[in-house]
Amino acid sequence: MTWGLLAEFAGPAELVSAAERLRDGGYTRWDAHTPFPVHGLDAAMGIRPTRLPWLVLGAGICGCGGGLLMQWWMNAVAYPLIVSGKPFNSLPASIPVAFELTILLASLTAFGAMMVANGLPRFRHPLFASREFLRATTDAFFIAVEAADPKFDLEATEAALRALGASRVVRVEGDA
Amino acid sequence: MAVATLERPSRDNTSSDPARRAPLVLAGNDYASVTEKVCRIVEVRKPPRAWTLAFTIAASFTGILGLMVLYLITTGVGVWGLNKPVSWGFDITNFVFWVGIGHAGTLISAILYLFRQQWRTGINRFAEAMTIFAVICALLFPGIHVGRIWFEYWIAPLPNQMSMWPNFRSPLLWDFFAVGTYFTVSLVFWYMGLIPDIATIRDRATTKARRIAYGLLAMGWRGSNRHWHRYERAYLLLAALATPLVLSVHSVVSFDFATSMLPGWHATIFPPYFVAGAIFGGFAMVLMLAVPCRQWFGVKDVITPRHLENMCKIVLATGMMVGYAYAIEFFIAWYSGNPVEGFVFINRAFGPYAWAYWTMVFCNVATPQVFWSRRARSNPWVIFAVAVFVNIGMWFERFVIIVTTLSRDFLPSSWNSYTPTWVEVLTLMGSFGLFFTLFLLFLRFLPMIAMAEVKAIMPAPHGEAHR
Repeated sequence: MTWGLLAEFAGPAELVSAAERLRDGGYTRWDAHTPFPVHGLDAAMGIRPTRLPWLVLGAGICGCGGGLLMQWWMNAVAYPLIVSGKPFNSLPASIPVAFELTILLASLTAFGAMMVANGLPRFRHPLFASREFLRATTDAFFIAVEAADPKFDLEATEAALRALGASRVVRVEGDA
Repeated sequence: MAVATLERPSRDNTSSDPARRAPLVLAGNDYASVTEKVCRIVEVRKPPRAWTLAFTIAASFTGILGLMVLYLITTGVGVWGLNKPVSWGFDITNFVFWVGIGHAGTLISAILYLFRQQWRTGINRFAEAMTIFAVICALLFPGIHVGRIWFEYWIAPLPNQMSMWPNFRSPLLWDFFAVGTYFTVSLVFWYMGLIPDIATIRDRATTKARRIAYGLLAMGWRGSNRHWHRYERAYLLLAALATPLVLSVHSVVSFDFATSMLPGWHATIFPPYFVAGAIFGGFAMVLMLAVPCRQWFGVKDVITPRHLENMCKIVLATGMMVGYAYAIEFFIAWYSGNPVEGFVFINRAFGPYAWAYWTMVFCNVATPQVFWSRRARSNPWVIFAVAVFVNIGMWFERFVIIVTTLSRDFLPSSWNSYTPTWVEVLTLMGSFGLFFTLFLLFLRFLPMIAMAEVKAIMPAPHGEAHR
C-alpha cells in the first residue's frame, strides 16, 4: 500500500516556496523533512504556534508551589527542628530549593512534552524504509505528502510536486 | 558555494570588520562535508593514536580513583589529612573546582544562545559534554566526604523509618538541590541537542549494531518540520531556564561559605565572585579541550580561530572580574574594621599558605593579561598554556578560600595547619582521569560538533543566507 509521496528539493529556499504553494493548494497531511530547522518554513507550512510554553509555565508554577509546600510541611509540621532559634517556616530559607524545583520541573516538562507532542520515540515509520530518505539528516530537503490526505491523488499530486520544482519524486510504500 | 568564504579564502576569520560578517565555517564546506567531517570521527574503525594513548592514561587514573574511593569507604575519612579545625580540604576544593568548570558549558549553550551568538554552534556540543562530566566529578566529592556513605539518602527528602526530614534551612541541602537540578537539566539539554545529530549517524550507519544503537538513541527522529517547530521552542525554553539556573548553582555553592560565620567566608560578594570565577575557569577548560581536539580530529574549519579568539576574550574579561573580587575582598576586610576579618586576609597573603595565594594571583590575574595581544589570542600554544595556568589558579583559589579560613579562625588556640595525604592527592588526580575518560569516550562515540546547528548558520547553497 502506498503511504505517500516523497519529493526532494534543491535547498532551503526552494523548499520554503514549494511549501507555501502546497499549503495554499489545500493539502493538510504533509510534512517537510530537513537536516536542520529552516527559517520561515513554519509560516510557509502554516504551522500554528505550539502551546508548549504554557505547559512549561504550569510545570514551573507547580514546581515552585510544590517546593514551598514540601519545605513548609517537612520543617514546620512533620518534623519541627529547632535550629539556632530560627522560625520553623521561613520563606527566605525556602527560596533556593523552591527555585531549583521550579527550574527542574519546567525543564523536564519542556523536553518531555516536546517528545510526547511529536509522537517520539517512534522507531517504525514508512519513511525509514526509503533509501532516499537517509539523506534527510545530512543535506537533503524533502516534502512528504501522505496518501491519507483528502486531496491526495497519486498522479495529480506527483505532477503537482514536480511543478513545484521537486528534483525527484518517489513513492513510499508501507502502513502508517 | 558560500560567497563569504570565496571573498576571504584564508583560514583566518578573526577580522572584526563590522561591514562584513565573518564566516563561522571555513574552507568552502557545505552541508555534506560538515556531516562527513564530524561523523567520520565516530565512524572510523581505529581512533587516532593520540586518542588511544590519552584514553589509556585517563582510564588508568580512573582506576586509581576507584581504588582511592574504595580505600576511603572501607577505612574511613581518617585516610585524608582532615581534622579539626580544617575539616574541609581537597574534597570540597575539588567539588567547587569541578562544579565551576561546568558553568562555561551552560554559558555557551544557554546564555550565548539567548544572545544569538552564532559562533556558539561550533563549540557548544563538547562544552556541554564537558559540563556533564565535570558535574559528575563534582558530585563524587560531597558524596564520598560524608564518611558513612550508606547514610547518603538522609539528605534526600525521602520518607524513612526514622520519621525524620532534612533541614531545609541548611545551605548544604540547597546545594544538593542546586547541583542535582543542574546535572539533570544539563543532561536533558545536551541529550536533546544530540538527538538530530545521532539521527544523522544512524542514517549513515553501515552495520546493524550501529543502526540499532544509534537508532535507539535517536528516538526515531526524522527531521520533520512539525517536530522541529516544537523542538526549537523547547530548546529556547530550556536555554531560558538554564540561564538563571547556572547563575544560581554557583551562588548556592558560595552560600555554603557565605552563610557561615567564619572570617573570610561571611561576605556578600561571594555569589557574583564565585559565578565569575566559575565561568573563567570553565572557559579555560573549554580552551584546553578545544585546542588539541580541533587538531587531532581535523575540525579546524568548524572550530575556527575566531572561536578561540572569542573565548580568549571571555577569559580575559572574567579573569579581571575575578582579580577585582580579590581586591575588593581585601578592601572590605580593611573597611569593615573587623580585626579578625583583617587578620584572615593578611594571613592569606603573608601567612603559611602565602605560596598558594600568590600562585592563585599569578595564574588567575597575571597570565590572562597576555590575551590583550592579538598574536597571543591566535597562537594555539599560548592559548593552551594560559588555559592550563588558569585551571591551576582556579583550583588554588578554592583551596586558599577553604584552607586559610579554616586553619586560622577566631581563636588562636584552635589553629592548626592542613597537609593533604597521598590518598587525597591521588583522588584529585583520579578525578581528572575520570573526567578525561568520559570526555574521550564522548569524542569517540558521539558527534563532538552540533552538526544541525552548524548547518543552520551556514550560508545556504546559491549564496543566500536564510537566517
